[in-house]
Amino acid sequence: MLRRMLLIRRVEESIAEGIERGEIVCPCHLYIGQEAVAVGVCSRLRQDDFVFSTHRSHGHYLAKGGDVDAMVAEVFCRETGCSGGWGGSMHIIDAAVGLPGSSAIVAGTIPLAVGAALAFATRGEDRVAVAFFGDGTTNEGVFYECLNFAALRRLPVLFVCENNLYSTHMPIEKCLADTDIARKASVFGLPGEKVDGNDVLAVADAAQSAVERARTGGGPALIECLTYRWRGHVGPHFDVEKGLRSRDELDGWMRRCPVKLFEQRLLRDGQATVGDIAKVRVDVETAVARAFAGARSAGFPSAGQLLARVLEGGQP
Amino acid sequence: MRQLTYVEALNEGLAQALETDDRVLLIGQGVTSPWYVGASTKGLYDRFGPERVIDTPVSENAVTGAAVGAALAGMRPIVVHPRMDFMYYAFDAMVNHAANWRCMFGGQGRVPVVFWGIVNRGGEQAAQHSQALHGMFAHIPGLKVMLPSTPHDVKGLLLSAVDDDDPVVFVDERWLYGEVGEVPEEPYRVPLGMAAVCREGKDVTVAASSWMARQSRHAADLLAHDGIDAEVIDVRCLKPLDEACLLASVRKTGRFLAVDGGWRSYGASAELCALVAEEAFGALKCAPARIALPDLPAPAARTLESAYYPDVEHIAARVRSMVAGERTASREESV
Repeated sequence: MLRRMLLIRRVEESIAEGIERGEIVCPCHLYIGQEAVAVGVCSRLRQDDFVFSTHRSHGHYLAKGGDVDAMVAEVFCRETGCSGGWGGSMHIIDAAVGLPGSSAIVAGTIPLAVGAALAFATRGEDRVAVAFFGDGTTNEGVFYECLNFAALRRLPVLFVCENNLYSTHMPIEKCLADTDIARKASVFGLPGEKVDGNDVLAVADAAQSAVERARTGGGPALIECLTYRWRGHVGPHFDVEKGLRSRDELDGWMRRCPVKLFEQRLLRDGQATVGDIAKVRVDVETAVARAFAGARSAGFPSAGQLLARVLEGGQP
Repeated sequence: MRQLTYVEALNEGLAQALETDDRVLLIGQGVTSPWYVGASTKGLYDRFGPERVIDTPVSENAVTGAAVGAALAGMRPIVVHPRMDFMYYAFDAMVNHAANWRCMFGGQGRVPVVFWGIVNRGGEQAAQHSQALHGMFAHIPGLKVMLPSTPHDVKGLLLSAVDDDDPVVFVDERWLYGEVGEVPEEPYRVPLGMAAVCREGKDVTVAASSWMARQSRHAADLLAHDGIDAEVIDVRCLKPLDEACLLASVRKTGRFLAVDGGWRSYGASAELCALVAEEAFGALKCAPARIALPDLPAPAARTLESAYYPDVEHIAARVRSMVAGERTASREESV
């Protein structure tokens, strides 16, 4: 789990650098600070469970075991990217590990997760589908439609809300009449749990219960993970300089860095030594360097692909 | 060969799809209702049960999105909208997700879903119970759009749509439900992207779809009495469009009339006329023409409805003036 959290952290930091250098142009919604949520949940999933994610999908992708080389190349919009350069940061896919694709329409993937769960249940499989989404997403009507429909049919779907207190520039109290997101599940007769989203083991425990329940026909659940994104809604900056958040608030959350907290926990519990952790960091650095070098040296998709795609789509 | 009504053929197509492929699901509002979707789903719930025939709450966005998600997870869902007017709620799932998915991911991620929307109008139902959105759907890259007009074609096109690995919009039309025609008993396919020349002729090409194809066939019978030999093409599929069939016909007749059940401006009739003007200009004896609904939301009163929906005589009259070389003011004529 530490390796995955560090991989996410270092990939995202390197993407931020790439944007600042002008190498990466497509909009990137960085996951720095939220690593414990994706890794905690995905650590309790099987490869054949499905994860649907949003515009802020790099963390879920890597946590589920997605191909880092293909993901980074896609962020650079190269032909070797997981979507061949046709999707960019917001449309990444790795079907082999249960990532059917990410979508940037807020709440757009929640019904997809419900539908995947419907498919699993219809075929009598014990797979689950997970929808990750943010606090702002609970402003979309379809979120409630999905809670209702999944509850009615007891579908094996997990609704994971990453409450990072902001919906782009809007603080949560300006968006939600009732900011208690976990409680919204109870309206539909569903369990809703609130968890410290920066404690990867707490997230994993909550996910474990919900996943087991879903797999054995117990139906859906909502988990609200309280966390914080260090960078702004999109891009490498911090939104502090724009006056959207206070320096104090950001500093407070950075002191509760989920990666650092987990490292400290592992050391304290004797699960890892300083040497072990150092080795993991080196491995991660190597993987990240390889992914970025590969992306930089790959070519862009040729313009001829446009016509080829049109012909493939249209003619009888 | 036995004769079935359009709705019986549709029902048989749905049953055969469900029977021959375990991955097929029928989901949407009213699939267990005796009236909501006419008799199109009659008996399906009893035969296939609640896991395969799923009646849903009024949540078009979530349910359509769920159909897309189920398709991504290996099923072949048919999601029904008993009135096309309510499909607007489902546009995000249909367009941002289903239509875009394959291309967004560089060609991966096929979405084998059928979006079945029923045009349910007339009977003084007014503006929000009347809309035919095939032109809008055909404009979206990534969606196929088919509109059968006969009992034979509704079954064959439905089965092709279910087989297709990409999203297909099935534009269904309640007014056709009573039409009678020959329908083979066994499952068969009518390929998407293939128009049908339902009546050969030499004087004018009348290209139409859905209810308007039915109207055009009757108009051609009237015109025959006047010694005008109309070639009627049932377009059947707006996307992919059988351009070759349409153009070959226009090159033969030299006259083209598009008859469409959607609104006049920026719709299917505009597309067909543009195609003909671009590709068969030299063959034309007169300007391409079109008949469609006026650019107005549908009215309720039956007197207004009669003026709103083009009838058989209306189509015949337009062809007569084209053949006589009369250039009529097209905006008034298409109303």
